[in-house]
Amino acid sequence: MKNRKNYSLIIGITIVSILFLLFLMGIFYTPYDPDAMNGSEKMLAPSIQHLFGTDQFGRDIFSRVLKGIGTTFLIAISTVCLGAGIGVLIGVLTGYFGGWLDEVLMRVNDAIVAFPSILLALIFISVLGAGKNNVVLALAIVFIPSFARMTRSEFLANRDMDYVKSAKLMGVSSLRIMLVHILPNAIPTILSMMAIGFNNAILAEAGMSYLGIGVQPPEASLGRMLSESQIYLSRAPWIAIFPGLAIVLLALSFSLISEGLSKKGER
Amino acid sequence: MKSVLEVKNLGVSYKGRGRVLKNITFSIKKGEILGLVGESGCGKSTLSKAILSFIPIEEGEIIHGTKRPQMVFQDPFSSLNPSKTIGWILEEPLRVSKVPKEERKRRVVEMIEKVGLGKEHLKRYPKELSGGQRQRVSIAISLIQGAEFIIADEPVSALDVTVQKQIMELMLTLQEENQLSYLFISHDLNVIYQMCDRVIVMKDGEIVEEGEVEELFANPKHDYTKVLLDSIME
Amino acid sequence: MALLEVKNLEVTFFQGNASKSVVKDLSFCTEQGEIVGIVGESGSGKTQTSLSILQLLKDNAKIIKGSIFFDGKEISAYDEKKMQSIRGKEIGMVFQEPMTALNPLHTVGKQVEESMKLHLHLSKEDRKKRAIDFMKMVELPNPEDVYHKYPHQLSGGMRQRVMIASALCMEPKLLIADEPTTALDVTVQAQILRLLKKINEEKKVSILFISHDLGVVHKLCDRVLVMQNGKKVEEGSSEEIFHAPKEAYTKELLLAIPNRTTSLRKRRREGME
Repeated sequence: MKNRKNYSLIIGITIVSILFLLFLMGIFYTPYDPDAMNGSEKMLAPSIQHLFGTDQFGRDIFSRVLKGIGTTFLIAISTVCLGAGIGVLIGVLTGYFGGWLDEVLMRVNDAIVAFPSILLALIFISVLGAGKNNVVLALAIVFIPSFARMTRSEFLANRDMDYVKSAKLMGVSSLRIMLVHILPNAIPTILSMMAIGFNNAILAEAGMSYLGIGVQPPEASLGRMLSESQIYLSRAPWIAIFPGLAIVLLALSFSLISEGLSKKGER
Repeated sequence: MKSVLEVKNLGVSYKGRGRVLKNITFSIKKGEILGLVGESGCGKSTLSKAILSFIPIEEGEIIHGTKRPQMVFQDPFSSLNPSKTIGWILEEPLRVSKVPKEERKRRVVEMIEKVGLGKEHLKRYPKELSGGQRQRVSIAISLIQGAEFIIADEPVSALDVTVQKQIMELMLTLQEENQLSYLFISHDLNVIYQMCDRVIVMKDGEIVEEGEVEELFANPKHDYTKVLLDSIME
Repeated sequence: MALLEVKNLEVTFFQGNASKSVVKDLSFCTEQGEIVGIVGESGSGKTQTSLSILQLLKDNAKIIKGSIFFDGKEISAYDEKKMQSIRGKEIGMVFQEPMTALNPLHTVGKQVEESMKLHLHLSKEDRKKRAIDFMKMVELPNPEDVYHKYPHQLSGGMRQRVMIASALCMEPKLLIADEPTTALDVTVQAQILRLLKKINEEKKVSILFISHDLGVVHKLCDRVLVMQNGKKVEEGSSEEIFHAPKEAYTKELLLAIPNRTTSLRKRRREGME
């Protein structure tokens, strides 16, 4: 039977690819130095010289958005990879072995989940201090429990299956069974969760930067740009619109990817 | 004649369920097909697990006369790893034994043909195969490891009647060619009659009757055996 | 007039741009008081046939041709509302897995009463008494006790009896049983088959019995239909089909049934000597 095209996945990947290319471009070239202030060019509307206009300090918004996308990407990817990496590892061990290890780790898990995530992130930041790396660490910790739980449940479901018994009879070591035999079956679900994780990480970072505890000035961050643009909303709305649009597109594209992945799994 | 398996006074308990196997004693000779018949809860899956050392035993002993008994499972859908190709699955036990790549590939092709499939099946995933084809692969997995004794747990129950016959014929052919021994578990007395030399009947964790197939079917001694046979009478 | 008449039934599955016919040009009847068996391997279309009678097909499957008549009425043309007056009342259905057909959160007694609440107007006490009467009829031990139990507290055989009681308590004219004994132990299977035969004889309920197990079908049914790949291959009395099959496929099916006349093992051994 023919398969209907997975539009969510296609559109999602397309948008992410465009944004990713922009990010790559931004590393090597931006029309203007994102941090360069220019008193004579303050709050200019979008034009050919300044595609997205300039902000209250005369900085080119297009350049700042490019850099901001990059920052957000990096933070989101680091966060999700770190959170997923540790979470999946915990899930693999507890799901396969169970026992006291499972009990202890799952209680720790529950403790983390009991806190509202922003609050938890705030606590970590206040202990560790603000800044990009600590944002990644704080958010990663917040993400670990869901990955751990989900991986654990996949492993619980799979470990009693006949193909695992078959592998044991082949003499395959426990480690190899966990990582080579069972884990690949959990990958689709993990990937789907990672896509949602990117989404959440993007929004969380934006939120934290907006609150001032994330990326610090003068570094460009979409969330921070949004927060700084508030007072200028009526006079120079473009200062808010473009960073906002970038955040929405980033979040939307990852949502679509995660939806597309789960549709793929359904077939 | 050599025994491939000897079970003596085996006793197994589960937490909370108490005695699941009581005083099980039987043996299987080389080249013999022993049938195991019983309804749900009689302990046949526990017995399989105990023989394969998947669970600890409390009493008695299990003496193996072969190096590594293998198993063919009931559900052709969950017995093969859905994320791996047939070729990969068949190579895995050889990988574990560190067999070099060239020889691995050669043996896998040899085995897949032996069970009535072709090289083209090696590239496929389990979900692309029918139930009967998957059971053939399961049998190949046991054979490629050089198993001399195989526990077949309801190997044909999930298959269509016409396919059942093919798989039964395959299992007998392989038995004859390689002098294999089977512990053939089935709830279907007719299949047991077709396949086995001797049969043991289990109920509530115990063996209630044992004997040559023809004799047991013609002259059952235990009441439970009679009830089982009555229920399939025309 | 036949009780159930299926005429040129065609059922098709749709997925995306593709479609597949799972029942092709099927015609058969079931007379009042008769037990008819539909036998076939996986993919034969037997279950889809039984589901289409009660319009219980999945969303992506449709009856695209043919019609189904019950008691002279064209039920294949009924809308959902009208079907509800047939389902559970005039036609009862028993499925393979009683564990999934029964609600784990309600007592068994309440579930037997379910269809009564919908179709009959009885007082609470009368409903309970009727439920218990039917539970007695299906030979459930201590029906008053079982009435208060939950599905997980009962054995497979008992759950299936509950399903049958539930299907019968509206005194339907036709009972559709789709693989009702497949998931049960052999001794329990024999009991359930005896029960169905008794119900057919005493209450004159017609039964449409679907199964892949030819031995079971032979034991229970008066007439048998053999299906393969959506089509009817052969039809006849149980004796005719079993002892004088005409079609090649029917013969193939019969040959494949393991029996106790000759052991395959023995034959091969003797062939070798």
